[in-house]
Amino acid sequence: MGKAHVYGRAHINTDEIIPARYLTTDKEEELAKHAMEDLDKDFINKVKKGDFIIAGDDFGCGSSREHAIWALRGAGIKAVIANTFARIFYRNAINNGFLAIECKDISKKVKNGDELEINIEKGIIKNLTKKEEYKFTPLPKFVLDIMKAGGLLDYISKK
Amino acid sequence: MAMTITEKILAKHSNKKIVKPGELIDAGIDIIMCHDVTTPPAIGMLYKKGIKKVFDPNKIVVTPDHFIPNKDIKSAELAKRLRDWCRSCNIKNYYEVGRHGVCHALLPEQGYILPGEVIIGADSHTCTYGAFGAFSTGVGSTDLAAALATGKLWFKVPESIKFILNGKLPKGVYSKDIILHIIKNIGVDGALYKAMEFTGETINELSVEARMTITNMAIEAGAKSGIMEADKKVIDYIKQRTKKKFEIIKSDKDAHYIETREYDVSKLEPVVAFPHLPSNGKFVSEIKEGIKIDQAYIGSCTNGRIEDLRIAANILKGNKVKEGVRMIIVPATTEIWKQALKEGLFEIFTEAGATISTPTCGACLGGHMGVLGDGEVCISSTNRNFVGRMGSPKSFVYLASPATVAASAIEGKIADPRRYL
Repeated sequence: MGKAHVYGRAHINTDEIIPARYLTTDKEEELAKHAMEDLDKDFINKVKKGDFIIAGDDFGCGSSREHAIWALRGAGIKAVIANTFARIFYRNAINNGFLAIECKDISKKVKNGDELEINIEKGIIKNLTKKEEYKFTPLPKFVLDIMKAGGLLDYISKK
Repeated sequence: MAMTITEKILAKHSNKKIVKPGELIDAGIDIIMCHDVTTPPAIGMLYKKGIKKVFDPNKIVVTPDHFIPNKDIKSAELAKRLRDWCRSCNIKNYYEVGRHGVCHALLPEQGYILPGEVIIGADSHTCTYGAFGAFSTGVGSTDLAAALATGKLWFKVPESIKFILNGKLPKGVYSKDIILHIIKNIGVDGALYKAMEFTGETINELSVEARMTITNMAIEAGAKSGIMEADKKVIDYIKQRTKKKFEIIKSDKDAHYIETREYDVSKLEPVVAFPHLPSNGKFVSEIKEGIKIDQAYIGSCTNGRIEDLRIAANILKGNKVKEGVRMIIVPATTEIWKQALKEGLFEIFTEAGATISTPTCGACLGGHMGVLGDGEVCISSTNRNFVGRMGSPKSFVYLASPATVAASAIEGKIADPRRYL
């Protein structure tokens, strides 16, 4: 269970998720201090471990920096649930075993502060505050296997 | 079964006769591009797994380019990690400061990019190399680490959108204007996950350098790759740089595209993308309000090549950069820098009141060498104008061709380059 932080605008890009001026480190705890900084200076003070980001279309567009995933994970974010994702961000999420879930119109359904719970295998997001359920297409087996292994490198090593 | 150029290249590299869009494949990689920001984390991942070798040092090309020459102690450490790793892995294709360049300008220039190949780089603008008829895409650090270790990577075969460009470009209108116009037209996620295949008489007429500006910005429409079939111009360009053999792959005539779009560029105007998205394009004639600028920037993997510098010099010659405007010119590679010097372009730039930097990605991503402060406005030949992209989250970046940037520098406000041609 975690709280939803809704950033409903389309095209929230990696420059906003973690500005390039902080790319001189790859330490998650360092990056986390500046997560979403140019979009919401208070972000890091608002989020708690296990919380969710709810986003609109094309979340994570722009550069290939995996630091965007690390910054969000370092800040405690359990999953980003967006209407759609940009390609490289989505791929980086899978490769890191970080949950990026595509759910149609989610940015219109969830309100800031709603308590959410995710069932990955069944493809269901439970909104405990509103007592609603939203379905998403469960992740393909190949992706689930990478996530379960803890990321692409562990997956390859095990193979 | 008929296939697109993208499908054919991916089939060949995954040892299959055919592949279809949506199919997951493991493809062999021909060239891996590494730079100073995204590679050091990948090196850390490999070391953590006890992997101290790369699959083939000859297939890896490395240049520090983002925060170099080192902008601070932390970036010096990144560059050092990269350099030390190249030495320990015996990677010879390493371009130290002094021979270096912005990666996507450097690799083609040095003859590493060949038609029909699969190329990855841990940088989103790796799609640039599609101008050579290669499948080329940007990845993150984990993908990079996996590819460095195994020489392979998983891909989902993308669907293709065909862009047919016809007509002769009017004076003062360039390939940058074409791609900004297309992105305006389809949006920054208009080609999400797709391969953008560019074809038509306009492409044939463009130089190889100008073509790279178009494929470079495929990512700005969300695409996985941008691609064009290699022709004689591409073959000549490569043969001047390498003796390596390559195979030219072309789309079948009846290949399947999920969409085909046609453009007539003969009436196109210079395009300026307003803050804060590359899709916020306006024709220069539509800009009625005088948009004052603080900085004019020419450089980057998009438009920092010798032709771009020549175009800017042609406009700046005999003119002065408006008082109150800083004009910064960043030749993309050391070879471009040397060529510009030889051709006397630096004299034109400095006489006009512009300054010239060493090759670097620099201020394009808000690194250094021209970062913006609160409220400042920059017109730039680069590729992104997101919030905070070139510095302060309260600054404003307008994207345009080098010609439009040069004309704007002279007038101190966003200006039409056609007045100077």
